[in-house]
Amino acid sequence: MTLDVTAVKADFPLLGREVHGCPIVYLDSGATSQKPQTVLDAMNRYYETINANVHRGAYHIAELATNASEDARRSIARFIGATDEHEVVFTKNATEAINLVAHAWGRANLAEGDVVLVSLLEHHANIVPWHQLAEERGIVVRWIPLTDDGCLDLDDLDHLLEGVKLVAVTAVSNVTGAIPPVRRLADAAHAVGALCLIDGSQYVPHLATDVADLGCDFLAFTGHKMCGPTGIGVLWGRRELLDAMPPFLGGGEMILDVRQDGFTPNEVPWRFEAGTPPIAEMIGIGAAVDYLEGLGMDAIRKHEVSLTDYALRTLGDRFGDDLLIHGPTDTARRGGILSMCLREIHAHDLSQVLDQHGICVRAGHHCAKPLMRELGVTSTSRASLYLYNDESDVDALGDALEEAARFFDF
Amino acid sequence: MPGLEDLYREVILDHYRNPRNRGELEVPPALLAEGFNPLCGDEVKVYVQLDGDTITDVRISGQGCSISQSSASMMTTAVIGRTVDEARDTLRSFKQMMSIHEHGLDSHEPPQDGSPEVPSGLGDLEALRGVVKFPVRIKCATLGWNTFDQALAEAHS
Repeated sequence: MTLDVTAVKADFPLLGREVHGCPIVYLDSGATSQKPQTVLDAMNRYYETINANVHRGAYHIAELATNASEDARRSIARFIGATDEHEVVFTKNATEAINLVAHAWGRANLAEGDVVLVSLLEHHANIVPWHQLAEERGIVVRWIPLTDDGCLDLDDLDHLLEGVKLVAVTAVSNVTGAIPPVRRLADAAHAVGALCLIDGSQYVPHLATDVADLGCDFLAFTGHKMCGPTGIGVLWGRRELLDAMPPFLGGGEMILDVRQDGFTPNEVPWRFEAGTPPIAEMIGIGAAVDYLEGLGMDAIRKHEVSLTDYALRTLGDRFGDDLLIHGPTDTARRGGILSMCLREIHAHDLSQVLDQHGICVRAGHHCAKPLMRELGVTSTSRASLYLYNDESDVDALGDALEEAARFFDF
Repeated sequence: MPGLEDLYREVILDHYRNPRNRGELEVPPALLAEGFNPLCGDEVKVYVQLDGDTITDVRISGQGCSISQSSASMMTTAVIGRTVDEARDTLRSFKQMMSIHEHGLDSHEPPQDGSPEVPSGLGDLEALRGVVKFPVRIKCATLGWNTFDQALAEAHS
C-alpha cells in the first residue's frame, strides 16, 4: 500500500490555509501534528450528541459517552499490540506518563544509589523526573553516550548497566531523528533485572508499534503528535507492574471505596486516572488511531523514509557543506526529523525567514539541552516530516533556505 | 504583513556582523550577570566595569540570534561612558519602545489615544523598533538589556 499524499493533505483542513500570502508548508509535526477532519468531527460529535460524564450516570447518553471513551482505550491497545486494554492508562501527555512511572513505580521501587540509565538523546521529559528523584532520594542518573553521527554508543553497555534498575530511553530522537536499538536495550535491561521504559513520543506516530516486539515494560506517548488532540497521552505498562503500583493522583474515579479512615484504590487503569478524564480527547485519540490504521502505519513509514531520503539528497545537493543536518544519514536508522544549521545563521533568524514563506519549523533547543551541548550548538532549526508532507514541501524549504543564505550573506 | 527589512535593518546586521565590545572583564572588580532565553537557548553574559557612578566599560559574551546580539552590541555603545542613572534612563526608554503597541508604529504622528509616546533620542537603537512587529522576537531584543540591569543591581547588593 502506498500513500496518496494529495488525498491525505485534503484530509487536514488546516493545510488548506495560507500564511503571509503563501500556502502553508507545515514542517513542525515533531512539535505537534495537524488534525484530520475525522478527528475533529469525532470530538464535535461527542459534544453535540453524547456529552456526559463517564463511569457515573446510569442514563443513556452517559453510557454512550463511557462506551465511546473506553472504545478509544481498546483502539489504543490494538494500535500498539497490547493484549490487555487495562494496560492502557490515559494521561495528559507523554510527559505526565513518564512522571507517572517516576512517581508511582519509582517511589515504590527506587532507593538511594539505584541507577536510572538514560541516553543523551532524551527530551527533558525523560530527564527531569529522574533528576527530581535524584534530589528527593539520591538515585543516580547515568547517561548513555553518543557516537559521532548522533546515535547511541553502546560499546560499554555492560559497564553502564551496573546497578541499573530502570533503562529509560527514547525510541526516536526529537532532535537528530536517530532510532536507537531499543529492543537490544530492553533485553539488556532485563538481563540485569532492570526494567525498560521507552519514550515513544516520536516513534508511535510514525512507525508500526508492537510493545511485545519493543520488549519494553513501559511505553509513553502523546496524542497530539499522532493526529490526535492535545491534552491526551498514554502510558502503557505491563499489567503486573501496573497492578503493583500505588496510585499517583488521588480523587474521584481512582477509588473503589472511601471511608473516614482511608480509601481503597480502583483497579488499573482507572487507579491512575483521578478525576473526570478528558473524554473528548480520548475519543479524539481513538479517531486518530482509526485514521492512521486506515492508511496503514507501514505505508506511512515507507513514505517518510522515502521523503527523508529525498530531503537529505536534494538539500545536500543544493547546499553542500553550508547546510549541516544532524543525525544519521542512513534513512533506515532515522525518522523524518531534520535538525539544520545553515552556515552561521542563528536558528531564530533562519526560522524567521522561513516563516515569511509560510514555512513552519521549530527553532531552538527542542527541550533536549544535554544533547544540544553534546552536539556543540545552542539551537537548530528543525523541520519534521509526516504523512501529509511531500516533495513540494521539501522543495519550498530548500527555496526559502536559499533566500535566507542570500539575506544573511556574510 | 511586515517584511524582513522591517526587522533586519542594515544597522542591526552591521552590529551582528561586527559586534562591538565583545569579550570578558575580570570579575571582580567588574560586575557580571548571566541571562537566558529559555525559548531558544540563547545565553548572554554581560560584564560591567564601574568607576564610581560612571560605566567605564561593558563587555558581552555568549551566543544568540542577530536581534539579541546586535541589540546587546548597540547597548554597549549607548551606555559606556554614561552614569548609571543615565544608562537606566536609556534602558527605560528602550524597554518602553519594545512594549509599544503595534498600531503606534505605523504612523509617524504622535499617538492620539493616550498610549505611550515613541521615545526618541535612542540613536541607532531606534533601528530595533521594528522588532515590536514580531512579538516573539522582543525577548531577543531585551535579553542583553535585562541582563545588564541585573549586573547593575549587583552593585547595590
